Amino acid sequence: MEQKEMIRIRNLHKSYGDLHVLKDIDMKVLDSDVVCLIGPSGSGKSTLLRCLNYLEKKDSGQILIEGTEVKPDTHDINKIREKVGMVFQHFYLFPHMTVLENVIEAPTHVKKVPKAQAIEEAKALLAKVGLSDKADVYPSKLSGGQKQRVAIARALAMKPDILLFDEPTSALDPELVGEVLATMKELAMEGMTMVVVTHEMSFAREVGDWIVFMHDGRVVESGPPKEFFTNPKEERTKEFLQTTVF
Amino acid sequence: MPSFSHFFDTLFSSSDVFIRAMLLTLELTVVSIIVGIVIGLLFALLKISNIKVLAWISDAYVFLVRGTPLIVQIFILYFGISNLFLLPDFWAASLALAFHNGAYISEILRGTIQSIDKGQMEAGRSLGMSNSLTLRRIILPQAFRRALPPLGNQFIIGLKDSSLAAFISMNELFNVATTLGSNNFDEMTYLLIVAVYYLILVAFLTIVVNLFEKKLSISDR
Ligand SMILES: Nc1ncnc2c1ncn2[C@@H]1O[C@H](COP(=O)(O)OP(=O)(O)OP(=O)(O)O)[C@@H](O)[C@H]1O
Ligand SMILES: [Mg+2]
Repeated sequence: MEQKEMIRIRNLHKSYGDLHVLKDIDMKVLDSDVVCLIGPSGSGKSTLLRCLNYLEKKDSGQILIEGTEVKPDTHDINKIREKVGMVFQHFYLFPHMTVLENVIEAPTHVKKVPKAQAIEEAKALLAKVGLSDKADVYPSKLSGGQKQRVAIARALAMKPDILLFDEPTSALDPELVGEVLATMKELAMEGMTMVVVTHEMSFAREVGDWIVFMHDGRVVESGPPKEFFTNPKEERTKEFLQTTVF
Repeated sequence: MPSFSHFFDTLFSSSDVFIRAMLLTLELTVVSIIVGIVIGLLFALLKISNIKVLAWISDAYVFLVRGTPLIVQIFILYFGISNLFLLPDFWAASLALAFHNGAYISEILRGTIQSIDKGQMEAGRSLGMSNSLTLRRIILPQAFRRALPPLGNQFIIGLKDSSLAAFISMNELFNVATTLGSNNFDEMTYLLIVAVYYLILVAFLTIVVNLFEKKLSISDR
């Protein structure tokens, strides 16, 4: 069966002042795929990811989410963001709310899900990420890995079709990286469509369905992980992979 | 200097009048701080809005309040307001004090709102929450929590500033003290007594503010 195109990007450009950060990006993300965005620091990975849920405004080009192009002036951006969840490097849990309150906040206030139902769903999500016993604690009591798993549960609570991850394990102590990657892997196996900016090459190789390598604002090379990692074609890709630890 | 026994005799014999005056001072302070917080929040939001004219209005307000003595503001508002509307003296005084406190409170809130990591707004927005919903549910609760120590401080300044309402004939603490003092040809005794009442009020407010801070800091523990 043909996989649906969840995200399609055509000729995307973006500048910050004189700095041309994204240069003519073309890319697509298919349903249930995990697309891993890799590349050196400053190559524009975060900017590209943030354009996908309109945290950054593109300058020109097209972004289609599930077939429709979003025009910020005529479309309700909040509606798109309900479909496209995001997980940040620094978690950004709401510190004045308990874990459970963090997870039910958006469903109850945006989708107007009845509180009892939202709590039930939130508890199921917390169980899924292995944090049932933390429902009533405040984020300040959690380890980094636990915080990130709560952030994932919080994003899932809106039942998004696509999840964006911006270096979800980069702020974690090495011994906590595994638990977050395991959660993401589980999501991937359940068929969640994911775009993941990461420096974890073994994750990209194992879980990714498609690898996109960016350098200096351009997509230099992309392909399925097996081919990409064993037989890179571009010089820049080879250089990058040589300097990266697996 | 009055003798100790004279001081305490006068303290007790005048307690009825002073307690009534103290309650009025407390009312003036609490009302002016609460209204001041509403005004302050409004102008803080104007200031951080991306609309230049609104930010400019907020700047102008803070500049006017900070640039003129409180007693001048009280007189202008008192005579101004009571010329325009028939406002009870209590409300004229409260609003004048609120207008004054509001400027300082808006500066406090603007600072704490801007001190909240912009990732908090992005996290809210990326969950589909609107700008105003995120502000109300995510940013402001954190900003108020951070503002509590400086707000408590402003509360105490506001309490002491309320003594200037004496000049528009509010029978609050300072007015009662000076009136009784000159009627009895015993200014110093009554000034010392009123100082005691202010100290009691300040101690009381400090305790209330500390309790608040404790209660709101559960999430940090
Ligand atoms: N808000 C901004 N204003 C100005 N320049 C920015 C802004 N955000 C990013 N940049 C610049 O855009 C370029 C791309 O940044 P981006 O964060 O997308 O890179 P990245 O690939 O995610 O890098 P990293 O791996 O370090 O996270 C960088 O040169 C960065 O300095
Ligand atoms: Mg980045």
